[in-house]
Amino acid sequence: MASADPLLPRAALWRDPRWSGIAIQAAVVAAVLALGAYLVHNTLVNMARAGIATGFSYLGRQASFAIGEALVAYTPADTYARALLVGVLNTLLVAALGIVLSTVLGTAIGIARLSANWLVKTLALAYVETLRNVPLLLQLIVWWDLLRVSAPPPRQAWQPLPDVYVSVRGIALPVPVWSPVYLAMGAAFAAALAAGAALAWWARRRARTLPSGTIAAALAVALPFAVFLVGGAPLAWDRPELRAFNFAGGVSLSPEFAALLFGLTAYTAAFIAEIVRSGIVGVSHGQGEAALALGLKRGQVLRLVILPQALRIIVPPMLSEYLALTKNSSLAIAIGYPELMSITNTTLNQTGQAVEAIAVMMAIYLAISLATSLAMNWYNRHIALAGR
Amino acid sequence: MAGSLRWARANLFSGVVSSIVTLTLVYLIARALWGVISWGLVHAVWHAADGRACNAASGGEGACWAFLGVWGRFIVMGRYPYAEQWRPLLVILVFAALLLASCDRRLWSWRIAALWGAGLAANFVLMLGGVAGLAYVPTELWSGLPLTLILAIVGLAAAFPLAVMLALGRRSSLPAVRALSVAYIEVIRGVPLITVLFMASVMLPLFLPEGTTIDKLLRAQVGFILFYAAYLAEVVRGGLQAIPAGQYEAADALGLGYWRKMRLVILPQALKIAIPPLVNIFIAGFKDTTLVTVIGLFDLISTASNAITDPQWRGFYVEAYGFIAVLYFVFCFFMSRYSQALERSLARGRT
Repeated sequence: MASADPLLPRAALWRDPRWSGIAIQAAVVAAVLALGAYLVHNTLVNMARAGIATGFSYLGRQASFAIGEALVAYTPADTYARALLVGVLNTLLVAALGIVLSTVLGTAIGIARLSANWLVKTLALAYVETLRNVPLLLQLIVWWDLLRVSAPPPRQAWQPLPDVYVSVRGIALPVPVWSPVYLAMGAAFAAALAAGAALAWWARRRARTLPSGTIAAALAVALPFAVFLVGGAPLAWDRPELRAFNFAGGVSLSPEFAALLFGLTAYTAAFIAEIVRSGIVGVSHGQGEAALALGLKRGQVLRLVILPQALRIIVPPMLSEYLALTKNSSLAIAIGYPELMSITNTTLNQTGQAVEAIAVMMAIYLAISLATSLAMNWYNRHIALAGR
Repeated sequence: MAGSLRWARANLFSGVVSSIVTLTLVYLIARALWGVISWGLVHAVWHAADGRACNAASGGEGACWAFLGVWGRFIVMGRYPYAEQWRPLLVILVFAALLLASCDRRLWSWRIAALWGAGLAANFVLMLGGVAGLAYVPTELWSGLPLTLILAIVGLAAAFPLAVMLALGRRSSLPAVRALSVAYIEVIRGVPLITVLFMASVMLPLFLPEGTTIDKLLRAQVGFILFYAAYLAEVVRGGLQAIPAGQYEAADALGLGYWRKMRLVILPQALKIAIPPLVNIFIAGFKDTTLVTVIGLFDLISTASNAITDPQWRGFYVEAYGFIAVLYFVFCFFMSRYSQALERSLARGRT
């Protein structure tokens, strides 16, 4: 022991936690900085040798590659920055649709996992176990091959629903023809929700018991419907129709997009199902019984007692799952849907600007992740305050 | 008999709606099962000269298992030299034995680490060769299931020490160490694995001094290790946080320094708590090895998709992908069952 050494009157400097702490931190920071400097130096030397210019000026150059699907106008004459924007929007599109669909499917399966019917319960379990234990990439490739190889040519297209055609060209869906009445219906819906919320607030302030939930629901259905009728009930559908080699009209999803969307939805739904199930199971039986004993009605028990507690369990892992879905959309590179990862890959192959292209891509994914984390932290703080 | 009737009554036919649902589902399941049996057994073709003969024999209504007879071995072993394929087979068996041995809790001590060390070294020699009369096989030829197992097992084993350091760093009282750990963990967890693999495959060669080359497999392995270290670190941190403060205080009171406190008191308990989630990470890692196919390694997906491009056997993708899907499923399913059982028994031990 250093302190027992007769030559040292007090504890050695490196035994003093304050000094050793500073020394360790200085050493760690110095090591990290040295490693970083070494890597940057090597990279610069290697890139100079390969004749690659560093910097982000490539973003302003002409991309000269075509992109199959774009939400904004894009031609090969546009810049790399524009191509990147197309990729980001495609990522966000597939993520948004996937999140909505997998939430619906996952919630249904999660509830089915708790069904009193043994067959329903077991089927839901089989779904969850199968989908969770097979790699997502493999599932995506199988969906893609299903649409590319096994699907029939447009003339013999499968028709799972009226006016929905599945063929090697993808999936053709009907869409309603846009009418300004729809905008008014949306406004009426929002107004109904606002009125319902105001009613509930008023009832709570006056301590009246009103079935405000039911009234709000009725308003939310009735008001838009009334607007729909007053507006002349515009119900024109833009239906896909078979032309020479493909379908025209309606909306058509490419095989890549459809495979990615289905694969992500089916896979993520299996995880969401488990989250929903554990959220419902996680609220103890006593809570519901106690609420019933207090004289609350079944609907009130669900809305006021069970749901708030279940949501507290469900929402944080659900947000992680949404984030995982968004990140998993990068697997589209294997099936050729032009999202952020694929565009980055093409860009870096054409320009050789690997470091910059990968840095930009990672920064975008990181920004999406951080935004989700912030939302999660905000929610956690919110429920912590409301609950205790 | 009466018991099972009562059970069916309670669980299948408890009401009108339930009965209708049950009958509809029974009908749908029977149809689906019949479809699978008819495709996989009744109309299936077990022996055929090539894909055309197979399709002719099944009338396009059945599976062509003859395809797997011809290409199954390639899908599992990949491009490893045919005459030397007993070596990857042995490697698979050694990995299986190590995994099975790891399930035995009596071995959870230095013994299991020694066993793994010896097993990994033996596997490395077996795969690479070049010594003891074994022919040298370059890593470009490592493929299929052995590659998957190596990437997952070596990757997570190597990521583990890094993860423990990161987790300790994140819980450290030193702000600089904590900030660096948090930054590393959050950045890695904020980006998809494929971007990290991409970075490893494209940028690692740039990072190294002029003139050094780095093996493609090693690049992917490094990317995998760096990625999974962040996820494992969060699991280990969960274990660390579950240790009551009294344990830390007791270790301090005994006069143990930081490292001895961690090594002798905190980590043994924290890691034990963290074992079930660690197994879950391992399952995720095993599934995620498929992503290396995107950066040009020859894993199970690559071997399968390569097999179905054979002109003589073109397009049997359901058989090929179904086969590897079953491989993945069996492995992941039993690992997750094991993880759940472990969680229950460890929870019992604690209370």
